[in-house]
Amino acid sequence: MSFCVYTFNPAAMLTENAPILPKTERSFDTKSITLTVNGKPRELNVMPWVSLLDALREYIGLTGTKKGCDHGQCGACTVLCDGKRILSCLTLATMKEGAEITTIEGIAPSDTDLHPLQKAFIENDAFQCGYCTPGQICSAIGMLQEGKAHSREEVKELMSGNLCRCGANVYIIDAIMEGIK
Amino acid sequence: MNNFSYKKASSVQEAVGQVSGHSEACFIAGGTNLIDLMKYNVAKADALVDLNTITENHEISEREDGGIRLGAFVSNNDTAYHPLITERYPLLNRAILAGATGQIRNMATNGGNLLQRTRCYYFYDINTPCNKREPGSGCSAIGGYNRIMAILGESENCIAVFPSDMCVALSALSATVNVSGPDGERSIPFVDFHRLPGDTPELDNNLRHGEVITSIDLPPKGFSQNYSYLKLRDRNSYAFALVSVAMGLELENNRIKEARIALGGVAHKPWRVVEAELFLENKEVNEESLGQAADIILKGATGYGHNDFKIDLAKRAIIRNGLMALNPAETQLPGAVPN
Repeated sequence: MSFCVYTFNPAAMLTENAPILPKTERSFDTKSITLTVNGKPRELNVMPWVSLLDALREYIGLTGTKKGCDHGQCGACTVLCDGKRILSCLTLATMKEGAEITTIEGIAPSDTDLHPLQKAFIENDAFQCGYCTPGQICSAIGMLQEGKAHSREEVKELMSGNLCRCGANVYIIDAIMEGIK
Repeated sequence: MNNFSYKKASSVQEAVGQVSGHSEACFIAGGTNLIDLMKYNVAKADALVDLNTITENHEISEREDGGIRLGAFVSNNDTAYHPLITERYPLLNRAILAGATGQIRNMATNGGNLLQRTRCYYFYDINTPCNKREPGSGCSAIGGYNRIMAILGESENCIAVFPSDMCVALSALSATVNVSGPDGERSIPFVDFHRLPGDTPELDNNLRHGEVITSIDLPPKGFSQNYSYLKLRDRNSYAFALVSVAMGLELENNRIKEARIALGGVAHKPWRVVEAELFLENKEVNEESLGQAADIILKGATGYGHNDFKIDLAKRAIIRNGLMALNPAETQLPGAVPN
């Protein structure tokens, strides 16, 4: 399975221990990798330059994770990787081979229930357009697990990587503070 | 972003071998700066060798001399929050946490922090001349919008600043950078790791192609009693420093026994002037002594118009930060808000 059209040339394919060949003798091929996404193993054939964000959205079809700036400035693409919050736009899918990725689609305890932070966001009116919300919630889950935020000031500082252009920040912090209490 | 091949390294030796023979091959660790630069076509590696799969250099450990070794592949967050760092090198904790965001610090590695590139707008904009990106093409910042640019150590070829916060503290702490390359291993004193632009602004540091940072050593002295990191910027969080100051003071009978001062946001490398540190010895910590030290540090500083304010700002930041260092318990509150 490949979503990009490139010449497949098995003879020139890089094997695990082969040295890097000069450019002229090389072709770029998809690599088969397995990611565990929301508890489910997913086998993907990706080119080396496919970001984790594009792998999630375009290859797996999990579009809850948002592409905002694609440059690590807005936080909309935040996911949890082995429990830690990271920016999926600034990492390559192939670098996360074997990792456990959790996206906004994977945080609720069941199909009929929401994660406590999802409920808190609704109750606190913590969004307007909602585009930054998946990243905000994944980032907040990661931040709470880090255990370094205790006060409102600390939450503001440690959530500064997630921008909200609608300006719902005050209510976003209110919602996250419920997770700290 | 251009196409490239990708390979996971299993050892430092293997990684060095993969990159050293190919001029366009590049190491990748956290990737937070490299992938961004590749997306803008500022960086164009044709092969990436992943260092994350190397089993060594993933820990923070105590050294026999009483110092600490920071593995190059440990994340910035894991380093900042490590008990050995928070207890013995709180200045480093403060500096790391003043930079980037929670997500980026979880990804970015210690080695990569040293190798991040300038955030000069013209370096990032491939449509403008830039000697750092395209040697010989000219410097758009000189005569351009230069508010964030250097006031010290710059050259007629480049007035970009080095953006790291972590490195400002590492400079003040007199760290050592351990590297491994095709010609073996060597250790570089931190002050000699980064370089001034001179006639070759394309070179940020003295690392040779194929050399990889394996660890950073901190000497035993951590200045954990009197220290302060002050970062001044356009917003309270997630912005690069206009001016930052890392300071460690060792006091005896209310007088300075030893002082360390490094500045960020003002030059092509963390700016440290030993003469100013020696001047402060046996002096009391007050506005006068700190102001005189600041004058020594800022000797020869020049503005380019929009960034003229940095000279005065740096002096006031040094004075304020020195006074803050007298009482870290009160002034070094969590978060990056300047007190």
